[in-house]
Amino acid sequence: MKLVRYFPVAVDSIAANKMRASLTMLGIIIGVAAVLSILGIGRGASANILGEVASQGTTRLTVNPSAESEGERAGSPVQTLTMGDVKMLSDPAFHPDLLAVVPQYGGSIQLAAGSNNTQVRVTGTTAAYADVLRLEMAEGRFLTEDEVTQMSNVIVIGTTVATDLFERTQVVGESVRINGEPFTVVGVLEESGNAGFGSNDESGFITIGAAHGRVFNVPRYRGEYVVTSIAADAVSEERVEAAELQIEQTLRLRHGLDADDDNDFTISTQASLLDTIGAVTDTLTLLLSSIAAISLLVGGIGIMNIMLVSVTERTREIGLRKALGAHTGDVLLQFLIESLVLTLLGGLIGIAISYGLALLVQKIPNFPIDILIGADSVIMAVGVSAGCGLIFGLYPAMRATRLDPIEALRYE
Amino acid sequence: MTGSSALIGMKEITKVYQMGETSLPALDGVSLSIDEGEYVAIVGTSGSGKSTLMNIIGLLDRPTDGVYQIRGQRADDLTGRQLAELRNSEIGFVFQKFNLLARASAWRQVELPLFYAGVARSASRQRALEALAQVGLADRADHKPEELSGGQQQRVAIARALVNRPSLLLADEPTGALDTRTGEEVMALFEKLHQEGLTLVVITHDREVADRARRVITMRDGAIITDSRSAAAAAAEGRHNGLGEAGLARLPRLVAIEKGEEAIHEAG
Repeated sequence: MKLVRYFPVAVDSIAANKMRASLTMLGIIIGVAAVLSILGIGRGASANILGEVASQGTTRLTVNPSAESEGERAGSPVQTLTMGDVKMLSDPAFHPDLLAVVPQYGGSIQLAAGSNNTQVRVTGTTAAYADVLRLEMAEGRFLTEDEVTQMSNVIVIGTTVATDLFERTQVVGESVRINGEPFTVVGVLEESGNAGFGSNDESGFITIGAAHGRVFNVPRYRGEYVVTSIAADAVSEERVEAAELQIEQTLRLRHGLDADDDNDFTISTQASLLDTIGAVTDTLTLLLSSIAAISLLVGGIGIMNIMLVSVTERTREIGLRKALGAHTGDVLLQFLIESLVLTLLGGLIGIAISYGLALLVQKIPNFPIDILIGADSVIMAVGVSAGCGLIFGLYPAMRATRLDPIEALRYE
Repeated sequence: MTGSSALIGMKEITKVYQMGETSLPALDGVSLSIDEGEYVAIVGTSGSGKSTLMNIIGLLDRPTDGVYQIRGQRADDLTGRQLAELRNSEIGFVFQKFNLLARASAWRQVELPLFYAGVARSASRQRALEALAQVGLADRADHKPEELSGGQQQRVAIARALVNRPSLLLADEPTGALDTRTGEEVMALFEKLHQEGLTLVVITHDREVADRARRVITMRDGAIITDSRSAAAAAAEGRHNGLGEAGLARLPRLVAIEKGEEAIHEAG
């Protein structure tokens, strides 16, 4: 096909000005590499977070109190979620799709051991919490049913807390003080290895009774201690929605809400969390990619500029080609394909660079995020760089076709 | 004499260039006919209109008025694409400055018209090599212009003009950029091509180049002032053919100027 035969012509012409061609391509190279890398980082981050969330179980539901809408406490959570709710939700007769329901009452408080102390988030909960939250133990064990009923002074801590207080992690049997009261360490959590989302390295867990009765000054609602949230595990991923409905019905009933009242609590599932995270990373990726895309635009303008120079420089050649029988379409195609080859080459180099970057990042130990470059992004990058070549090459190519062969042949 | 047997037929061709407010007449009612196999020189000083005439013959330019026919086909109602195709198939251009592509080898230069004619690569290379052999450069096929002498470069350009087997070879000052000896090479090549039956039109201001042609057309101020064939015919038959009124008026004097030498060639 004749079209294919313009490519060697284009390659020849580009090869004639290697330096100029590479500088021109730089804009496209940087643009494509930036867009691909940012898309890759976005995807990597999102996969990372999603993996983290999934590792904590996709069957989990969390009930949080809604925010107070008026009064002096506006914005802070309503204090209507109580241990009574937890007890009621734990009744399997009304909640066949719930496996386990655990209360959480948490706050930031100082732990001390010897002369060391550290401010950590301490959560009061029950024995089933470790199962619901998929916690792994590095040392010892999590809280037991007995300890919870007896409100024993025992504590499970994260690795960072252990090293802060004892400078080691084998600390089962040691004692830490909260408000001067001794708590025996019964377990140390597995290091999550992730400084970000969902880490328990800087947490402590005590029995819910101890948290309510002794550690925190917890208010009551209708005679029951309030909780900061309730976590529950559904029997299966498919039954999460049913479980959500069961929780909602029970809580609305217990909180005496009328049919037209809004819920005074929110139920979030891992699925809804995943949706939110996905939306956030998508928005962020889009934003950053748009910024990177500006360099593609700048690169495209560079292409247009250099193609205009090329057309002017080769005026005689264009005149000659026309005299030898090239018609308008031939000249148009010749220059369009030349700019297409320029941008495609730039795009391919950009793709190679972003792949190189992805490989490099993989080699860095403990780097939190992988750059994931999918086939779709690569196809998009190729398409965009080709599009750039065609769009920004069109005007110079049309200039070339408009040259009068007589004038062009006379051009010095 | 714009009969259907003529390769080139021109009738009352005028060309006016519009330069802003002023209009510059470049051709003023030129009528001309060139038969197949002729070897014609068009001479004249710069500004005589010979370049404009060449551009019109070469289908690079359209006349303002008048009829131009090539192989009996009127050029004025052709589209740009059809003109390009006619240039490609009917006309071979040879320029003063060769106009070779700087970095292409000789055979690729020669192949160029075949590229636009849509000839497959395998066949076009073969034909390019044949054309190079025709101009005596079979052993220079892979040389680039910078590796060739001026005369060789012009011969590459001639091979390029010949490769698509045109009806007409149109040369614009073909020896203008060459020294006497290499210029002689090119003229000898033209002579050989003429002997082989090719129609040649050479535009030149060089009298020596013009003298090699069988027919000399002299131009001044956009009009043909002498045409050795018409002059000879007029002298022989006592009447004019294809010559404007102005030309006719000058005829007796011109016949004297041309010394009757071309008339002998023409007869032979």
